[in-house]
Amino acid sequence: MTTIEEARRRAEADAKTFGYFLTPQPDLLQGFLEGLKTNEDRYGYPLCPCRLTSGSFEFDRDIICPCDYRDPDVAQYGACYCRLYVNKQVYESQNLPEVPERRPIEKQARAYGTQAAAPKVAADEAKKQAPTGKAQPIVKKKLWYCKQCGYVVFREDPPYVCPVCKAKREMFAEIESSVEFNG
Amino acid sequence: MNISKVSGKKNKHKVFVYALSTCVWCKMTKQYLSDNNIEYEYVDVDLCNEEDKQKIHETIQSKGGMLSYPTTIVDDKVLITGFRKDQLKEALEI
Repeated sequence: MTTIEEARRRAEADAKTFGYFLTPQPDLLQGFLEGLKTNEDRYGYPLCPCRLTSGSFEFDRDIICPCDYRDPDVAQYGACYCRLYVNKQVYESQNLPEVPERRPIEKQARAYGTQAAAPKVAADEAKKQAPTGKAQPIVKKKLWYCKQCGYVVFREDPPYVCPVCKAKREMFAEIESSVEFNG
Repeated sequence: MNISKVSGKKNKHKVFVYALSTCVWCKMTKQYLSDNNIEYEYVDVDLCNEEDKQKIHETIQSKGGMLSYPTTIVDDKVLITGFRKDQLKEALEI
């Protein structure tokens, strides 16, 4: 069983690595950490406390904190969906922005059981793909490398800050690969 | 469905909150309503069974909601997504 203090240390370490800050209001922060702890005790992993989970690791992996949507949300709004992670500007102003849900609706719908899986067509397609376990990815991931230190990451967008050398997002470039057949 | 009722002196409007037990903003919404003596009902969706979750999914979507929590429904008409003091104030005449 994890403790609040462990959750706090983990969040602090992660914020430091990526150049973020934790929410400036102590009571809010405490609430987020308690929610993360409850979810970790319940499901075995620290799921986002502000989202409904399906309880299935495969369906929930994009909302394990820090979620897949944190970086684009902090880049666009200055804070993540929960507002646990914020950028320096928001931290200093203490003015928390409204952050709309970025997670695709079809992923959200999985938390309500298979029957609820958004549009019927999508549900049928999911059924067809389910046995192979190869659902069509909704976001296209790419390989990115840090031009400063060479760190390589496979994701939709480059990180906000390089976790190794702290270079800014602008220092990331896409690695384009192609396969050629001769003869 | 495990619906909880919180009594308050102001019961002019029918207020229903779809919340998550782990969500800080949901707690703040409930607290705000209680602090203002508003009578309301709520359900913690993460503690519901599969069948109830599906019903909640249909209800929120049929009212044009976005499956974000908290979702507060006032008089079955006004739907407020998130802890929005300004919108709650207006809808509930606080």
